[in-house]
Amino acid sequence: MSIEKYNIFIVNYYRMYDKVKQMTDTKKKIYLDHAATTPVRSEILDVMMEHFINNFGNPSSIYSRGVEAKRNLENYRKDIASSINALPEEIFFVSGGTEADNWAIKGSAKANIKKGRHLITSAIEHHAVLNSFKSLEKEGWEVTYLGVDNYGLVDPDDVRKAIRDDTVLVSVMMANNEIGTIQPVAEIASVCKTAKVIFHTDAVQALGALHIDVKESGADMMSFSGHKIYAPKGIGFLYVRKGVKIASILDGGGQEKKKRPGTENLPYIAALAKAVVIAQNECCEMSDRLTSMRNDLFNKVLSRIPHSRINGSREKRLPGNANFSFEFIEGESLLLLLDSMGYECSSGSACTSGSLDPSHVLLAIGLPHEIAHGSLRVTFGKDSDPDDIDGLVDVLEVIVKRLRDMSPLYEDFLNGKLSEPHCMLTGDSSYCKSNEGCIRV
Amino acid sequence: MYSDKVMEHFMNPRNVGEIPDATCTGTVGNAKCGDIMKIYLKIEDEVITDAKFKTFGCGSAIATSSMATEMIKGKTINEALDLSNKAVADALDGLPPNKMHCSLLAEQAVKAALKEYYERNGLINESNRHIFADTDDHDHENEDF
Repeated sequence: MSIEKYNIFIVNYYRMYDKVKQMTDTKKKIYLDHAATTPVRSEILDVMMEHFINNFGNPSSIYSRGVEAKRNLENYRKDIASSINALPEEIFFVSGGTEADNWAIKGSAKANIKKGRHLITSAIEHHAVLNSFKSLEKEGWEVTYLGVDNYGLVDPDDVRKAIRDDTVLVSVMMANNEIGTIQPVAEIASVCKTAKVIFHTDAVQALGALHIDVKESGADMMSFSGHKIYAPKGIGFLYVRKGVKIASILDGGGQEKKKRPGTENLPYIAALAKAVVIAQNECCEMSDRLTSMRNDLFNKVLSRIPHSRINGSREKRLPGNANFSFEFIEGESLLLLLDSMGYECSSGSACTSGSLDPSHVLLAIGLPHEIAHGSLRVTFGKDSDPDDIDGLVDVLEVIVKRLRDMSPLYEDFLNGKLSEPHCMLTGDSSYCKSNEGCIRV
Repeated sequence: MYSDKVMEHFMNPRNVGEIPDATCTGTVGNAKCGDIMKIYLKIEDEVITDAKFKTFGCGSAIATSSMATEMIKGKTINEALDLSNKAVADALDGLPPNKMHCSLLAEQAVKAALKEYYERNGLINESNRHIFADTDDHDHENEDF
């Protein structure tokens, strides 16, 4: 590029940057979807940059730049291992949570096929897990999908009963991405250990919110992702306890102890290591802060918006996760109006899931379709401001009312035409605080 | 995801509400699928003098309700019967493929309301009976775009 062209480029770049900045400054956006993804922290970005330009070597190369890269790689592996109480050789870098889940499930199933072809999972897993099992089903494996209670909890006793002589693997997530339910993973792991069955847990949502100790969790394999903890998208790792047999699902070079081929993504691995260490150090302090914000939101929403309910458990729940259903309205409309007011959230409605059915998680905890369609997920992160909650609830109250005013379902409800009030479900004080004709079963 | 026009009609929907002395109403969809549209029509001398709606549904369901009611106001009942889901979608500068279903719902809601009028006034005959045939059920499997 000539210097003239370069100057024009720079001028245009800064003009564009100013324009974007003006746009974002004038309309403040409040990001409340940290379970979807998080921004990269500046200190994490700094450690990445080094590996893009100077220390860019391939860890497999034998000259000094390669050797240096290899040494960095193994140091990052050690950093992660020691922060989660694992051994460095138990950490395998992958492209993210989806690959970690796919590999753990398909790789261990295939490596242990001699034992049998039966697998167990829960009905509320992430699609990376559920669809890995569906794929194995097509190849002739038999899968038991365990149901959950109204809070989204898997009963370890159900796991014990489902295990057979030919069961190879049990996979139950550590914490749910939609309703935040924290599973009794250590108990499930103990059931599996007694029965000599491999236990995998998807800990993508748990990392950063709960302190992770692989020995305490008792899991044989755990999946982790970087972009939920302020590292970039496209990086994650799988913990595989020493001695657990797992087959490679990719063919290629000899990286990652010949288990996972592909040149190691050193910049992102550097970021991941930094992010994991920070997440583990900060999670306890952050957890307290987010729990109090979340409870504040719970109380304000339930007291101010009638015909609303909390989905999931109040106690066994990720600190930053809130999930509501608002009756008589639909989630996507709610999200679009919230966005127009500057609040970025998510929903389990069919319209946002890309299918005709609402979230499989909300259906699994027993919500009728129409209530599941009206769900809202709010997930707080490290920069969330408790002072934003009042504003959010003010806006929610107005938006929910506006959508109800144009909802024929609400009209029917007011006219007494809805034979069965929708807010039935289980008896819990967190459900349906309205005083107008709701029945608690 | 949505065109500016869809967003504009979603954010500022026209004709929201009820007509207390409506000549006829039509309701289609169901809560299980996540969308219900109810359309109210005021018909005088076979001309639609007013149209309003209430909708439970996503952004495009609300936008198509708004657009469909705009498009039939001032039209004769025969003209309104010709309203197609494609015309509604086109007037909104298009809908994402998985949302075309909403425009069909709007077309069906208008037809369901007109059906009530046609039936009450004995206007259904062999030449128009087929037009009203698919306003009764709400079956995604029969949708074909």
